[in-house]
Amino acid sequence: MSTMTATTQRQPDQASGTTPLSSRVGPIEGTKQSLTLAWRSVIQIRHSPTDLADFSVQPIMFVLLFTFMFGGAIMGDWQTYLTFMLPGMIVMNMLFVTMYVGQGLNSDLTKGVFDRFRSLPIARWAPLAGRILAEQVKQIWSIILVLGVGMILGFRLQNGALGLLAAVGLLLFFALAFSWVGVLVGILAKDPERVQIYGMTVLFPVTFMSNVFVPLESLPSWLEPVVDANPVSTMADAVRGLMMDGAESGPILQTLLWGVVFAAVFAPLAVRAFRRRI
Amino acid sequence: MSATTADLAIHAEGLVKRFGETTALDGVDLEVPRGTVLGVLGPNGAGKTTAVRILSTLLGADAGHATVGGYDVQSQAHQVRQLIGLTGQYAAVDEALTGAENLLLIGRLLGLERSAAKRRAQDLLSDFDLVDAGHRAAGTYSGGMRRRLDLAASLVGRPRILYLDEPTTGLDPRARNDLWDIIRGLVADDVTVLLTTQYLEEADELAGQIVVIDHGRVIARGTPDELKAMTGTRTLAVRPENHTHVPTVRVVVAELASVEPDVNGQLVTAPITDSAILPLVVRRLDDAGVTVTELNLRTSSLDEVFLSLTGKPAEPDRGHDTNQAERIPA
Repeated sequence: MSTMTATTQRQPDQASGTTPLSSRVGPIEGTKQSLTLAWRSVIQIRHSPTDLADFSVQPIMFVLLFTFMFGGAIMGDWQTYLTFMLPGMIVMNMLFVTMYVGQGLNSDLTKGVFDRFRSLPIARWAPLAGRILAEQVKQIWSIILVLGVGMILGFRLQNGALGLLAAVGLLLFFALAFSWVGVLVGILAKDPERVQIYGMTVLFPVTFMSNVFVPLESLPSWLEPVVDANPVSTMADAVRGLMMDGAESGPILQTLLWGVVFAAVFAPLAVRAFRRRI
Repeated sequence: MSATTADLAIHAEGLVKRFGETTALDGVDLEVPRGTVLGVLGPNGAGKTTAVRILSTLLGADAGHATVGGYDVQSQAHQVRQLIGLTGQYAAVDEALTGAENLLLIGRLLGLERSAAKRRAQDLLSDFDLVDAGHRAAGTYSGGMRRRLDLAASLVGRPRILYLDEPTTGLDPRARNDLWDIIRGLVADDVTVLLTTQYLEEADELAGQIVVIDHGRVIARGTPDELKAMTGTRTLAVRPENHTHVPTVRVVVAELASVEPDVNGQLVTAPITDSAILPLVVRRLDDAGVTVTELNLRTSSLDEVFLSLTGKPAEPDRGHDTNQAERIPA
């Protein structure tokens, strides 16, 4: 009992008025609570490793399919294509994985787990922040996965460990910012299954209308500017540069800027939708 | 009802909540003195869950105001959250986590050190007879176990005020009785409880005061006995010692109660409004040479009360979880 009263602000006898309850959560407690909630999501993965396997199948399949089915047709031989396509594939996969934020969030909302969290004296933003943080574990896993499969097939990094680290950092930064899109979809969707459907409906055309799978020069002239302006193309360029032929500051800065823009637009929308839903 | 505001754990005045066209709450007043149980009784969609969500800071009211433990639910929500525990009508536990991890998670969120949170989780698991299941994923639990875990999760921070939103909906009678015992234990520890239920029996068993809600309005309030008395009807029951006397009893009761009695085996029952006929029944049966093993006048069941108040019978279907509509309006 002594540990209880020492470590929580809960006091049994509130009517005596001896110990006033705290009126807000400080940022340090809030961060701790977010980390605790992120820990929860990591435990979930540990308990059902098959989920992780399920979600690993698609990226592996995509790498194999594109390399061997389209590689020869697009670039003459699949080895050249692999080198060209793999950094973009990592970008595409990162975008797909952001939808898992929405799926997890939606499941918490529909199952009532979120109500429990919201009835606790914790920071209002902690449940959301915890979710988004935890998904970064899946992001790192999926980057390793795609890169690993690529390297088994013969993909080679040409810009050293520092280049790779910078690429991963950039990917995670963009993933964090883009997670707000996943959050918004997760809040608006009726059930977790629909999150995936809505997410794919948007992400498939957006990622395919980029320079991830085909070189820009091969496109009809009217399509070229559209594809070139696609942030997915910019990001693919940046990651290719960092992993392969040397970093260019242009695409990297543009990618950072796009991240800021996505967060600035979608975070307020998501928070507003969130307030409405709950 | 002379409790001063300071003695009230929960005090709500004129709560109004609308969802688009629907008015879920239409001016509800509630007073729950500290250490008591208030039963909020009503059919599906009556507004019970909406009231709980407002009082547990999950939802803002459109009008009216409420204090919990003396703190305003809207402007001092964080303080209120430090006092309350909430158990929803469907178990809000993480199915992928084990029972122990669910409780550990809540303990850590409430600021307990890891070791203290683990101890608390273990204590609660043993209190709720979940020690053996503590290391299994909550998704594998039976309905009763899940409710117990859910209730345990709401008790990690030792709340002084507990909301139980339809805690036994969908449970079989045994699991329900287990949960009732647990709730009685909490009340003995001086926890204030606000219990919503569609089961009259449950309110009668657990609550000292009952508020009946229908269409977002309070249509009756009082102790279970007061509510039963409100309808005015009572039931006369007579059981003759010898079964050959049943027809005689039937004639006597029919004549005095002016209605055709129910005969169930040897038990003859009839609703009456005037309790003064009881001595007459005794005299007439004595004159007829009938000895009885049972003769009493009992108050109506809450089911009968509910029928007379709302004009429709209380939810007959126990196992059916239909409150989704009330929970998520829109």
